[in-house]
Amino acid sequence: MTSGRRSLAISRALLWPALTVAILLTQIPLVATLYYSFQEWNLLRPGQRGFVGFDNYAKVLSDGSFLASLGNTVVVTGSAVVGATLLGLLFAVLLDRKFVGQSVARTLMITPFLVMPAAAALIWKWSILDYTYGMANWALSLVGIPPVAWNTEVPALTVIMVLIWQYTPFAMLILLAGLQSQSREVLEAASVDGAGPFRTFVSMTLPHLRQYVEITVLLATILLLQVFDPVAIMTKGTGGSKTLSYLLYERAFIGLEVGEAAAYGVMTVIVTIIVATVALRTLFKVFSAEGLMNR
Amino acid sequence: MTLTTKMRRATVPAVLATGALVLAGCSGAGGGGGTGDGGDGHVELTLATVNNPQMKDMEELKGNFEESHPDITVNFVQMEENDLRDAVTKDIATGGGQYDIVTIGSYEVPIWAENQWLTDLTEPLSSDAEYDVDDLFQPVKDVVSVDDKLYAVPFYGESSMLMYNKEILDAAGITLSDHPTWDEVADAARKVNSDDVTGICLRGKPGWGELFAPLTTVVQTFGGTWFDQDWNAHVNDPEFSDAVQFYVDLVNDAGPADPVSTGFTECLNTMTQGKAAMWVDATVAAGMLEDPEASEVAGKMGYAHAPVKETEESGWLWSWNLAIPETTQNKDAAIEFVKWATSKEYQQLVGEELGWTRVPPGARQSTYEIPEYVEAAKSFAPITHDIMLAVNPTKPGLWDQSWTGIQYVTIPEFQDLGNQVSQDLSDVFAGRSKLGPVLDRGQKLAQEAGDAQ
Repeated sequence: MTSGRRSLAISRALLWPALTVAILLTQIPLVATLYYSFQEWNLLRPGQRGFVGFDNYAKVLSDGSFLASLGNTVVVTGSAVVGATLLGLLFAVLLDRKFVGQSVARTLMITPFLVMPAAAALIWKWSILDYTYGMANWALSLVGIPPVAWNTEVPALTVIMVLIWQYTPFAMLILLAGLQSQSREVLEAASVDGAGPFRTFVSMTLPHLRQYVEITVLLATILLLQVFDPVAIMTKGTGGSKTLSYLLYERAFIGLEVGEAAAYGVMTVIVTIIVATVALRTLFKVFSAEGLMNR
Repeated sequence: MTLTTKMRRATVPAVLATGALVLAGCSGAGGGGGTGDGGDGHVELTLATVNNPQMKDMEELKGNFEESHPDITVNFVQMEENDLRDAVTKDIATGGGQYDIVTIGSYEVPIWAENQWLTDLTEPLSSDAEYDVDDLFQPVKDVVSVDDKLYAVPFYGESSMLMYNKEILDAAGITLSDHPTWDEVADAARKVNSDDVTGICLRGKPGWGELFAPLTTVVQTFGGTWFDQDWNAHVNDPEFSDAVQFYVDLVNDAGPADPVSTGFTECLNTMTQGKAAMWVDATVAAGMLEDPEASEVAGKMGYAHAPVKETEESGWLWSWNLAIPETTQNKDAAIEFVKWATSKEYQQLVGEELGWTRVPPGARQSTYEIPEYVEAAKSFAPITHDIMLAVNPTKPGLWDQSWTGIQYVTIPEFQDLGNQVSQDLSDVFAGRSKLGPVLDRGQKLAQEAGDAQ
């Protein structure tokens, strides 16, 4: 008994250094951010720095840009995640079969995810969405649709398109792993029972993929919440494309308002925690209805 | 129990994600390089600079300086403009003393000087007759001075002008004078605009230094202003509004098709490919348009003063300057280097070593008297010289200003103000918003900035 307790104490003691580092690394920035959020501090006005209580938070809440940008983040992230997951599912199903050049096709499909976000945004800006020389407008012209000034007319859609392009391979990879883990025997049994490919897909494969879809949605959401590059490079936060991370950047590096930017950051964390607990819980309840998560 | 585990599973990554978000917003660029006096009289200077071509030339030639000053070594730290601003601001504001020399834009000089961050260079420069401080363009000197004291030295400077493709305008039977009006230019642009050719390339990309560089000069020549002398905002005045409406209409009728994507670089591309008839932008662009290796329109260009309406001149004024932070430990050595890099000899050195088109323009009048430079840049050097002397940064429009500067207002809040209003204007370009409400919001933001002065 005592020796058990002692070995437990030793185990805990051994854990402490790592835990301390983890706590320091994650919590110090948060505490510093909290501290700054109560300061009035414009980098270019060093003489006027001081404690202002909740003034910065009042500014965040009274100025419309926080809510607007929260809405933009939901729209941009949401559509990109849904789009990438659906397309990823489609490509995963197409790749989950034997054909000549399968591995080449798979590698090519993954490429967009390997491109640096900033480089991807530049490729889209210059070679795909350019009004005069872009491939998108060229393709539209083939079917007689007049050219579109993408970044000016539909900035939010532009960002969403780039994100879907980049994250479809990510979704595809996870879902493909899911498809390949599916037991062949079950599929054979289904076909012996007379189920067609469509029926097999809906009744057997989709339920099997449920947890893979969950993890795709969760990870993609986390990655896409931080989206910054396409906004900064292509649309500059205009017309519904100003996501929370871009707003934070603007407050800190264009406004140079350290205090206000910190308050925006803290509010972002709070809102995200609320969203994460409420929305993701609901979402997962829906997914676990069939009992996959009741382990 | 399962519920809480699930909750935790869902929450932890989300919190981590937002933590990363906040961190990403807070991390700045770290500067490198220590500053040291080895004790044997040898001084190492650290110079933080933007990574513009002219600054890279300076780094290439620093060996010449080190040869003539064997006890001084200069280390260059090159950064993007925004990283530089951030790193240097932090270093100086916290008294870090990491940098001995910094390159800063003309917008920052007066603000930083007010904060007593910069060394007063008036005496060391004017006491050296050979350096000839009076040779610097007066308007450029004005924007880097506070109370007649020089806090930075212009390394190169620029104004704005109208650049036009003579072939396209001649084909349409249009001739422009050296001092065109905006009405003439707008008519010409609408006349030559076609599916293949943009009538006039104008910036629409949001940002105080992108859209609002040309747009503020248009506002000023239309008789508008951001602020009057007492910091009352005038953003929704009829003059301001007329100017912006004129600009938006011109862009929509005969300007770039995707204005939000269009800034200096994009216009330069369109122009060099002969796909635009006219362009109002920085005078330094002329050097690139006349480069036969990069431009299809070299030799086919005409140049004129920036178009006007109510004023005589409408060019902007910008310079990249060398300044010495108050926090440096090596002031004397730093002054030596700054003097060398902005001297007449340095311009000769660039011309002889790297080519005459690479001489930093727009800082010294004598640059425009170097025969080789004038020959290399004959199509645009004389007019650049005239414009640099003609612009008036103390009163660019019809209003008296309590700040010095043309296309910007020299207050810390302006970059934020200009950025927000320009973002809203992109909704006007796209037809999502009307101009009235956008300028009303701009007025409110501007007044908040004005009240802080």
